[in-house]
Amino acid sequence: MAEKKSGLYELTKGLIKENPTLVTLLGMCPTLAVTTMASNGIGMGLATTFVLICSNAVISLLKNVIPKAVRLPCFIVVIASFVTLIEFILKGYIPALYDSLGLFLSLITVNCIILGRAEAFASKNGVFHSILDGLGMGLGFTLSLFTMGSIREIIGTGQWLGIDLHLPVTMTMFIMPAGGFFTLGAVIALVNKLTKKKPPQEIGCANCPNAANCPTFNKENNEVKEAAAQ
Amino acid sequence: MKSLLVILLSAIFVDNFVLSKFMGICPFLGVSKKLDSAAGMGAAVTFVMVCATLCTYPIYMFVLMPMGLEYLKTIAFILIIALFVQLVEMVLKKKVPSLYSALGVFLPLITTNCAVLGVTILNIDSGYSIIQSVFNALGAGLGFTLALLIFSGVRSRVNAANVPETFKGVPATLIAASIVSVSFMGFSGMF
Repeated sequence: MAEKKSGLYELTKGLIKENPTLVTLLGMCPTLAVTTMASNGIGMGLATTFVLICSNAVISLLKNVIPKAVRLPCFIVVIASFVTLIEFILKGYIPALYDSLGLFLSLITVNCIILGRAEAFASKNGVFHSILDGLGMGLGFTLSLFTMGSIREIIGTGQWLGIDLHLPVTMTMFIMPAGGFFTLGAVIALVNKLTKKKPPQEIGCANCPNAANCPTFNKENNEVKEAAAQ
Repeated sequence: MKSLLVILLSAIFVDNFVLSKFMGICPFLGVSKKLDSAAGMGAAVTFVMVCATLCTYPIYMFVLMPMGLEYLKTIAFILIIALFVQLVEMVLKKKVPSLYSALGVFLPLITTNCAVLGVTILNIDSGYSIIQSVFNALGAGLGFTLALLIFSGVRSRVNAANVPETFKGVPATLIAASIVSVSFMGFSGMF
């Protein structure tokens, strides 16, 4: 289905229209945790983009080899391998970033954006489109992380990418956990305002890209339907 | 050497996994709509966290370490957790149907919950012994449950409140979470 769409569409849809964090609300944990500084946001975003492109490409190549029943564990192994690779790269070349991202670098493995794209896109589409999709989604993720990081760094510390802005007032709360929730809420509200779209009412199983294949969710749904039918 | 009680309490309050470490945000926002499902999810996560720690710790110490394969811990741990969750689901379904009907719905969602992988890696990184690790996992699970329970209460009030149109739904929920998180900041510096 998506094969018919142009490569440019696959690349750009992740930036704004289907932005993984702000519109489909996936990958919230790293979004909130590493965005205390704009540079961390970029680092995390690019690391995730790398994993996303590679895993999308590999999964798309293997899509006819992996048996349907065990595909999720297979996807996770592919993703975890690339996460280990990026850990090595960052540890070797950018140790400062490696230290500040810390545990969240390993946790890219369970970032639902990556598994979600593998399941919803790469396992159904060709390699070229999957790479473009991964690149677009990754850049969209990086963009929203950078925005979050900039807002929190400027208001929280009065600096931006390490440049002192000489602000008269700074609010330390913004680089604390509470500020993360607040900033994300405000940014999502702003995006809703600008796009004049009804805000997503809830985050739940239904928004998870794995929902269609998740046995539990389907069971739950069927139970609800059965209850309604009775 | 931190005492076990300090590890337990600081994992629950000071370093609360959801509100100060941002792990497991998806279930925190997704399952906190009703009090009973929040309690069920919390219990399932606590259970899996403790058992996953018991499974991963020996494997790291006795298999990965002696062979110099520490860097494989992400891959190894996620597979162990996925395997374990699957196993627990099957055992509970067969042997303890009552518990399965209470926790079963939440189990498959836990595999990709970053709090579980997070706690197992964190145990290794902080150099805890196996008993300390179990207490840390227990505290993390209880803290997760506590945050979920408190937030489901807050959320029922937020849903009833009259918020501006643009903030309805997720933005209002996130801002409520921010206020709950402020209250947990009061615990910082306790130990």
